[in-house]
Amino acid sequence: MRSRKIEEAIFRGIMIAATLVVLSCSILILATILIKGLPAMNLDMITKTPKGGYYLGKSGGILNAIVGSILLTGGATLVSIFLSLPVALYANVYADKSSKLIAFTRVSLDVLWGVPSIVYGAFGFTIMLFLGLKASLLGGIIAVALLIFPIMSRGMDEVMRMVPKELLNSSYALGATRFETALKVVVRQALPGILSAVLIAFGRGIGDAASVIFTAGFSDRINFSLFEPAATLPLAIFFQLGTPFPEVQERAYASALILTIIVFLISIGSRILIRRYSKHVIK
Amino acid sequence: MESTSHITVQNLNVYYGDNHALKDITINIPDKQITAIIGPSGCGKTTLLRAFNRLIDTVDGVRITGKVLVDGEDIFDPRADVTMVRKKMGLLSQRPYPLPMSIFDNVAYGPKIHGIRKKKVLEEIVEHHLKMASLWEEVRDRLHEPASRLSIGQQQRLCLARGLAVEPEFILADEPTSALDPKSSLYIENRFRELRSQFSIILVTHILRQARRLADYIVFLYLGELIEHGPVNEIFENPREERTREYIRGVIS
Amino acid sequence: MKSRRLFKDNLARSIMWFSAIFCILLVILIGFALFQRSRYILAMKSLADLFFLDSWHPLKGEFGFFPFIMGTLWVTCTAVIISVPLSFLTAIYLSEYAPRMIREWAKPAIDLLAGIPSVIYGVWGILVIVPLTKNYIAPFFGRHSSGYTVFAAGVVLAVMIFPVIIHVSIEVFRSVSFELREASWALGATKWQTIKHVVVRKALPGIIAANVLGFSRAFGETMAVLMVAGNVPKAPSSILDPAYPLPALIANNYGEMLSIPLYDSALLMAALVLFIVVLFFSILSRFALVRVERSSE
Ligand SMILES: Nc1ncnc2c1ncn2[C@@H]1O[C@H](COP(=O)(O)OP(=O)(O)OP(=O)(O)O)[C@@H](O)[C@H]1O
Ligand SMILES: [Mg+2]
Repeated sequence: MRSRKIEEAIFRGIMIAATLVVLSCSILILATILIKGLPAMNLDMITKTPKGGYYLGKSGGILNAIVGSILLTGGATLVSIFLSLPVALYANVYADKSSKLIAFTRVSLDVLWGVPSIVYGAFGFTIMLFLGLKASLLGGIIAVALLIFPIMSRGMDEVMRMVPKELLNSSYALGATRFETALKVVVRQALPGILSAVLIAFGRGIGDAASVIFTAGFSDRINFSLFEPAATLPLAIFFQLGTPFPEVQERAYASALILTIIVFLISIGSRILIRRYSKHVIK
Repeated sequence: MESTSHITVQNLNVYYGDNHALKDITINIPDKQITAIIGPSGCGKTTLLRAFNRLIDTVDGVRITGKVLVDGEDIFDPRADVTMVRKKMGLLSQRPYPLPMSIFDNVAYGPKIHGIRKKKVLEEIVEHHLKMASLWEEVRDRLHEPASRLSIGQQQRLCLARGLAVEPEFILADEPTSALDPKSSLYIENRFRELRSQFSIILVTHILRQARRLADYIVFLYLGELIEHGPVNEIFENPREERTREYIRGVIS
Repeated sequence: MKSRRLFKDNLARSIMWFSAIFCILLVILIGFALFQRSRYILAMKSLADLFFLDSWHPLKGEFGFFPFIMGTLWVTCTAVIISVPLSFLTAIYLSEYAPRMIREWAKPAIDLLAGIPSVIYGVWGILVIVPLTKNYIAPFFGRHSSGYTVFAAGVVLAVMIFPVIIHVSIEVFRSVSFELREASWALGATKWQTIKHVVVRKALPGIIAANVLGFSRAFGETMAVLMVAGNVPKAPSSILDPAYPLPALIANNYGEMLSIPLYDSALLMAALVLFIVVLFFSILSRFALVRVERSSE
C-alpha cells in the first residue's frame, strides 16, 4: 500500500520538475528577447528604412522588412485561403465520407504539412526558374503559400468535420444546393475555427525564413511591386546578426522583439476574433 | 374527403449497403391530412420520410429502386431538380437544428435562397411565418439575436417557421416532439392541427396516443415492410393484420 | 433562376474537386521536380558514393553527403531525446494533475509558444545556449568548443518542439473518456496506476502521432539550426562537435551555386532526400494510426 503512494509521489515530483523545465525554458526565451531587444528598440526601427551604411552601424530601421513581411505573408495567406477553403469544403460537403479521393487528399496534406520549409524554398525557386521569375515578392508569395496552405487546409478540415451532418440536412431540406449550404451554413458554423486556421498559418508564414531566402530576395527599399525583391523580418534578423558589428547585432535583437510582438498580437487578435464570431455557432 | 394524392410511392426499395431497409413499398399519401407513420424502432420510418425529400441521397452507399411521384413527377428521375423537390417539403427533425445565424436569418434563409431579395418582403415573410409557428410574440424584440440562444422548444418552432417560409406543400416531421417537454409538445401538436387545412403533413411518431390524437391516416411499417395503412379509426379500432393489432396493444414494440 | 443555381453548384463542385486533386498532384509534382533536378548528379555518381563518402569538395567535384546526413541525425536525435520525455511528463502533469488554474493558463500559453518563429529560437540559442555550452558545458567535459555544436542545436530544437508535442498530447489525453478512468478508480486503482495502465495505454497511438509531428518539425528545421550548429562539413562524433545538417547546407549555398550545375543538382538532391524522409514518415504514421483506430473499434 505504501509503496504505491511512494511511487506516485516520486513520479509526481518528476512530472512537476519536467513542467518547470519546460516552463522556464519558455520564460527564458521571452525574457532573453525582451532584455536584449528593448535597449536597442527605438522609433526609427519601425519607421525608417535602412540608410546607406545601416549594416555598418549607421542610422535607419527595418520598416522595409516589416512592410515586406506583411505584404508577402498577407499575399500568401490570401492565396492559401482560396486553395484551402475549397479543399476543406469539398472534403466535408461534397465528397462521400468513404471517398478514396478524399482519403488520398488527407494523406497528401499530411505529407505537405511535414515538408520542411527549406524544401518549399528550393521547390519554389525551381518553379520560378521555370517561369522565368527572379527573386521577388511574387516568388516569396508562391513559396510561403505552399508552406502554409497545408497548415490552413488541415485546420479547416478539422473544424468542418465537427459540423453536425444534421445541420447540413436542415439546409438541404429547405432546397439549398450544396454550394449554398457550404458557404452559408458550413462556413458560418465553422467560422471561428476557420479564422484560427488562417491566423495560425499567417503566423507560421511571417516567421519563416527558409522558404523566402532564395525566393523573395531582400531589398532595402519598400516596394509594392510583385516583381521586385522584398525584405522580410526573419531574414532581416538573420542578416543583421551575421554582421560583425555589435550595434547592428543589437538591432537584430530589437528586430526579433518586433517579430515576436507581431506574432503575439496575431495570436491574441485571433482569440478575440474567435470569441466574437462564435456568437452564432450551434452547439 | 377527396382521395387524390400528391405523393404516390410505387415499389420503393431502399438498401443501405446490404441492409434492405424498405421493401417494396407502394402507397398513396392522402392530401391535406395528417398521415402518421408508425412502427417499431428501426422499421424504416425515418428512411421512408427521407425518401420523400431525397435527403436519403446524402447517405453513403445508399441504393434506391422504384418511384416516388410528387405532383405526378418521379423525384428520383435523374433529370429532376432535387432542390425543387425539397422546396416542396418542409422538414422538422427529431432535434431542432437551427442554422448558425440570427433568428431572422434562419427564417429568411430559404426565401433568400429561392430568390427573394427585397428586405421589406423578407421582413413580411419572417413575421408571417413566425406567427404561423406561434413564435412571433416571444421573439419579436430579439430577431437579430443568435438562434442558438432560444430554448429547445422555441428552436423547434423556429425550425417549423423556417420550413414554412419556403411555402412547401408538405410538412415532413420526424418525431418532432421527442426532444421537447410536454408543454412545448402540445404547442407543436396544436400548430399541426391548424396547419392541416393548408398542408399535407406526414408525421413519424413513436407515441401511439399522439398518432391517435392527431392523425387522420395511419401507415404501419414493420421490419421495412408496409403492413397496413388506412384511416385512423380503422387501424386503431379494427386492424386487419395480426401484427398491427399486436403493435397497437403493445405486444411488439 | 433554377438552372443558374444548379450551374453554380456544379461549377463549385468542379473547382473544389480540382483543388482536392491539386493537393495530391502537388506532392507528386514536388517529388518529380526535385527528382528531375537531381538527376544530373544521380547520373554522375553512384548512390553509395553520395551517401557514404565523407568528402565534400564541390569545386573538386566531390559530393559526399555523409557528414550532412550524420549532422541531421545527430541534431534531430538529440532534440528528440531531450524533448520526448520532458514533453510527455509535462503533458501528463498538465492534463491530469495540475490545478485548474494552471491548466486554464497552460493551453493558451502553449499555443502562444507554438507560434514563436524559429528565427527567434535561433537568436535565443546564440544568446544563451551557445555561450553556456562554450563556457560551462564543454569545459566541464574537458573540451574546448566554440559553443556552436550538436548539443546547442539539439537544445534549441527541443525547446522549439515542446509546444508542438505538448499541445497535441494534451488533446489526446483529454480525449480519453472520463468513464474509463472512473472504471479504473472503481477497481481501487490509484490515480497514478490509472494513468499508467489505462490512460497512457489508451492514448499511446495519439502520443506517438504527437511525437512524429514534433520529429518532423525538428528534422526539417533550417534557420534555428543553421544559426547554432556550427556548420562544419564533418560528421560529428560527439554532441560537443559542430554539425552541418542538410537543411542548413541547402540554405547556405543554394541559389548562389547555379553556375556549377553539379553543385546545384547536389543541393536539390539534398532537398529530395528531406522530402522522401518526410513522405515516408507521414505515410507510416498515417497507417499506424489507421490500424490502431481499426483495432480499437
Ligand atoms: N445511414 C444509415 N446507414 C446504414 N443503415 C442505416 C442508416 N440509417 C438507417 N439505417 C438502417 O435502416 C433501418 C431503418 O432505419 P430508420 O432510421 O429508417 O428506422 P426508424 O424506423 O426511423 O427507427 P427509429 O424509430 O429508431 O428512429 C435500420 O435497420 C437502420 O439500422
Ligand atoms: Mg427514426
